[in-house]
Amino acid sequence: MVGIVIVSHSSKIAEGVKEVALQMAKNHPVYTAGGTADGGIGTDPVRIQEAIEAANTGDGVVVLADLGSAVMSVGLAKEMIDPALAKSVKLANAPLVEGAIAATVEASMGSPLAKVLQTAHDARNMDKVE
Amino acid sequence: MTVKDAIKEVGQAVIKDKVFLTDLDQAIGDGDHGINMARGFESVLPKIAALADDNDVAAALKAVGMGLISSVGGAAGPLYGTAFLRAAGACKGKTAIDAATAKAMLDAAIKGIQDRGKAQQGEKTMLDALIPASDAFADGIKAGKNAVECLGDAVQAAEKGVEYTKKISATKGRASYLGERSIGHQDPGATSSTIMLTALYKYLKQER
Repeated sequence: MVGIVIVSHSSKIAEGVKEVALQMAKNHPVYTAGGTADGGIGTDPVRIQEAIEAANTGDGVVVLADLGSAVMSVGLAKEMIDPALAKSVKLANAPLVEGAIAATVEASMGSPLAKVLQTAHDARNMDKVE
Repeated sequence: MTVKDAIKEVGQAVIKDKVFLTDLDQAIGDGDHGINMARGFESVLPKIAALADDNDVAAALKAVGMGLISSVGGAAGPLYGTAFLRAAGACKGKTAIDAATAKAMLDAAIKGIQDRGKAQQGEKTMLDALIPASDAFADGIKAGKNAVECLGDAVQAAEKGVEYTKKISATKGRASYLGERSIGHQDPGATSSTIMLTALYKYLKQER
């Protein structure tokens, strides 16, 4: 199973996205790294590293992040983890909510890393206005 | 003159300007730069004080980088964290820093910030202070100046760089959402970079 990590400046956003994603994929390994260690707004590479390690079951991890420092902190977290694991950790170029839900459902069906990442990317193209 | 004292001076200068940096960031960002940077250095300084007195510059800078990464919270954490780690990588095994090494450290830090933030000069970021500072440092070396004199020139160039950030609009970071409305405000990151360089210069000049 490809693990999913949700990174946001806000722990509430991260937990909320996880909650919605798990509606369709109960018990899937979805971990969050929202906010700073002291409960503030921000991102923490160390907490992201821990979430990635927790989400990893051996088939890789797809990370969904919001903006700015979240993306940079994911880059740093990837440099801090075991290089063998880092190779199978991918940041999705996708919107946080849509990407996380699409990726979690895809991963819960047992799809490989590349397919889960692609599904997250494709969430960018979800039309909301005809 | 010790690396531990130098870092203490730099950290205290950032902490002292916490409100100033936060005010700048409230104008065009998410309003937390000073708070984040002060929290970062408040976490870093006790760790530096606890290091051995062997003047291992790389070990001290690595401690600063890791400390900022795990405590800042905002974009400045990964950016400055990477910068300090890369600077540490450029001075391995050194207990004294000459002008050429200092320039290599500054450039490694700049490269780290660019790798992490994917920014270029002219986008209203800390690079608009640091790249001119590096250029001035290089000119100083060519003119035969010592490391501290070169750093003095670098500080002046960084200050001019901060002034320049008032004239341009942001295309990176939270301020980019404001676009043209960010013009007229100096960049908080360029400012904090300059505060650090200035504090280092003042310390080294007074110790010589």
